[in-house]
Amino acid sequence: MMQSWPAHPERGQRQGDPGSCTAYPVSSFAGGFPERLPAFSVPATPPLAKPGAASDIGHAMASSSNFQSWLRPDQSGLYCEPGGFHIDPSRPVSRAVITHGHSDHARPGHDAILATADTLALMRLRLGAGCFGQGQALAYGETLRLGEVSLRLAPAGHILGSAQVVIDYRGQRAVISGDYKRRADPTCEAFEPVPCDLFVTEATFGLPVYRHEPDHGEVAKLLASLADFPGRTHQIGVYGLGKCQRLIALLRQQGYDRPVYLHGALRSMSDYYAGRGIALGDMPAVADAPGKLAGEIVLSPPSALGDRWSRRFAEPLNGFASGWMRIRGRVRQRGVELPLIISDHADWPELIATIAETGAGEVWVTHGREDALVHELGKRSITARALRLVGREDDAE
Amino acid sequence: MKAFADLLDRLTYTPARTGKLMLMRNYFRTAPDPCRGHALAALSDGLALGFPLRRVLAGIGERRFDPELFRLSRADVGDTAETVALIWPGTGAPGAAPALSDIVGTLAAAAPADHPALLTGWLDSLDATGRWALLKFLGGAPRVGVSARLAKQAVADAFGASIDDIEEIWHGLQPPYAGLFDWLEGRAARPALSASPVFRPLMLAHPLEVQDWDRLEIDDFAVEWKWDGIRVQLAARGGLTKLFSRTGDDIGHSFPELCAPEGVDAVLDGELLIMRDGEVQPFAALQQRLNRKSVTRALMARHPAHLRLYDALEIAGEDLRGLSFEERRARLEAWHRDHAPPFTDLSERLRFADKAGLRAAWEQTRAAAIEGLMLKRRSSPYLAGRPKGHWFKWKRAALTADCVLLYAQKGAGKRASFYSDYTFGAWSGPEGAPVLVPVGKAYSGFTDRELAELDRFIRANTVERYGPVRAVAPKLVLEVAFDAIQPSARHKSGIAMRFPRIARIRWDKPAEEADRLETLKAMIG
Ligand SMILES: [Zn+2]
Ligand SMILES: [Zn+2]
Repeated sequence: MMQSWPAHPERGQRQGDPGSCTAYPVSSFAGGFPERLPAFSVPATPPLAKPGAASDIGHAMASSSNFQSWLRPDQSGLYCEPGGFHIDPSRPVSRAVITHGHSDHARPGHDAILATADTLALMRLRLGAGCFGQGQALAYGETLRLGEVSLRLAPAGHILGSAQVVIDYRGQRAVISGDYKRRADPTCEAFEPVPCDLFVTEATFGLPVYRHEPDHGEVAKLLASLADFPGRTHQIGVYGLGKCQRLIALLRQQGYDRPVYLHGALRSMSDYYAGRGIALGDMPAVADAPGKLAGEIVLSPPSALGDRWSRRFAEPLNGFASGWMRIRGRVRQRGVELPLIISDHADWPELIATIAETGAGEVWVTHGREDALVHELGKRSITARALRLVGREDDAE
Repeated sequence: MKAFADLLDRLTYTPARTGKLMLMRNYFRTAPDPCRGHALAALSDGLALGFPLRRVLAGIGERRFDPELFRLSRADVGDTAETVALIWPGTGAPGAAPALSDIVGTLAAAAPADHPALLTGWLDSLDATGRWALLKFLGGAPRVGVSARLAKQAVADAFGASIDDIEEIWHGLQPPYAGLFDWLEGRAARPALSASPVFRPLMLAHPLEVQDWDRLEIDDFAVEWKWDGIRVQLAARGGLTKLFSRTGDDIGHSFPELCAPEGVDAVLDGELLIMRDGEVQPFAALQQRLNRKSVTRALMARHPAHLRLYDALEIAGEDLRGLSFEERRARLEAWHRDHAPPFTDLSERLRFADKAGLRAAWEQTRAAAIEGLMLKRRSSPYLAGRPKGHWFKWKRAALTADCVLLYAQKGAGKRASFYSDYTFGAWSGPEGAPVLVPVGKAYSGFTDRELAELDRFIRANTVERYGPVRAVAPKLVLEVAFDAIQPSARHKSGIAMRFPRIARIRWDKPAEEADRLETLKAMIG
């Protein structure tokens, strides 16, 4: 059992920090903790996440309070008291366990963070080298003793490095899944179902209308459109971390071997994936490409669809790879001509099946369409509660 | 069903006409008979399946899904049919999906009591896109941005035929159009022009440009007033009469009094107007009669329909389209002398000694409350479409007003990255506290360069965003040209502009000096 995370569970919020990154010493990649820790201040007991949050508590409060004694939402996010750390906190804290590198989970300014090596590296790429104080890497499956709890990370299948946080405390086990999905993704390890008592889940697509299509069919749609419109640049909006690289990998799986052109904002993440041995093939920069890229695939952030940047292309055909493309109104609203339903989140059947698979008697829903999921779990006699954590709006996925 | 579902699905997302044509062309080339015929019917004239979709869905929904989950989902999706398609449990057993022709055939033989079980069975066998397409198909007319004309154009393109040849036989055909496809694929002769009257594609006019005017020889042209109604084609044969809009839609049901003439055998081109006591009524009166499923006697008495004829394409079975305008006009006048139905008259021929006289008449049009002039080359045959150099419309000079740019929205297609749709306002309110009230929208009239300049201005002066719309700091004056201003209860300003376009961008003019709403209201007429 490893034990290098700070030994005593210092409590809570660091006061008055605006969240700037640069004030903290930069620890080397995956390095251990230094001997001396930053000074912590200890605030009073923080209130619940939001006034009125208690009314969201679902069915059997009696058993819920059971977990509440050691894991609960506070104003920064989920806090594990006997372990002395937050999970994916929305504000700077002294010690944070980070499930994955997306911006609504991995924020800058924490004194010390624990995450997979990939998540640490992706955070540094996205937010800058000094975006957290000390970083400690924990591999999937390795167990760490933290205060009175033991903790390990399990693959979440969401993006490269994404992890579920498995916490054992006095015979109870909680799994905080972060964001996750269940289908095969050539760019990251598959989700590992972990039996537990309390399962903390997302519900981004927590409505029965969200059932994602098989990926290969969506990629085939893109390839068919290229054949139908060989004179048009296919500009596909993708979330820069995860979706971008997954779409490229899926294209390669289906034998597409032409270059996939990248918007500058997608460069560093994609190069990191490639450096980790994920075969993405040729990904030249749009800026270096000659001509108008007729008949080619260009990936860009969704915000660059129909923007001035795209005027350089040949009659650009706007695509968007996202679970939200299931809904026609959203497709129209974004002026998308080629919707690709490719999601890095669990869809409705996967949420339900995953919860069942964990065997958890209690489920907390962090963000998304929690009402429907809480309703559905109630019918299945699972105690469910919406946490409504702040800072996690509709995932930009 | 799968090919049809994919077609509908992609049509909804494809904004460009060329893209829609390509998708439909591929479908009509590859889909089997008779499914493609039913698809063509759905995309063109609509299918009368007589399936009470809403009622049947309401009946089976409760049993198939949790009402609370449906309610939450409906709120997220925003469309009931789409919500049903997505929430429906089951993913579709491959191979079991019904063909369009099965659906049409089964429904024709089904009793109302069978409807719920049929729909349930079909929904169970389809995937999400298939379920959505099925619900659109059963609804009768899937709104996927395709006109009847465009669907026929795609069929023509798919087999290298001319759309005019298809239009001529169209109204004699019935879904699933086996005869049409047999002919197009060379298995059979062209279907005969039917006994039922058919639509002949119209000849359309170009706006008169300066260089047209300079070259114009007065003796070469016949001149008529341009009437402020809608262009129609009255086609009567064998006791049957149809009244077609300029796109070939049969609008006769809205104007039954025009469709009952005895003994008329002709295809005539003219203007549909409302005429009371010998006076042509404003366009608003005609709008009272358009798009009505049923028409009451009172409505017909209040707004009597009238046909002002200006051309004849066919009389007594003889095709006149190859003749010159002058010859056709003579035939029309002779026919009208002998057969004149009560609700018709002839569009007056105007004669001018010279171009100066013609110009003077044009200058009088606004004062005379007339839309403008039509100039038709006397030697031209009747040519379908908009051939160059034959017919010109010379609209009365536009009115203009200086308005302030308030909101902008991105365009579509080539303009997708430009803010090209503009909402502008005029000043209202008391002297000391003036406010800008939106008075209209325009998306034309500017050059590509001006568009780029406007786009830059909008991005630099955005004060707020509402989804795709940007609110702009009210400081740019647009000189807006329009044909007329009408009172409107639907608009907050109380007025509606007809045919507004951007005439000039007044970079020089301060916003405070833009026009007031009262000034625009004074132009109503
Ligand atoms: Zn995420
Ligand atoms: Zn998230």
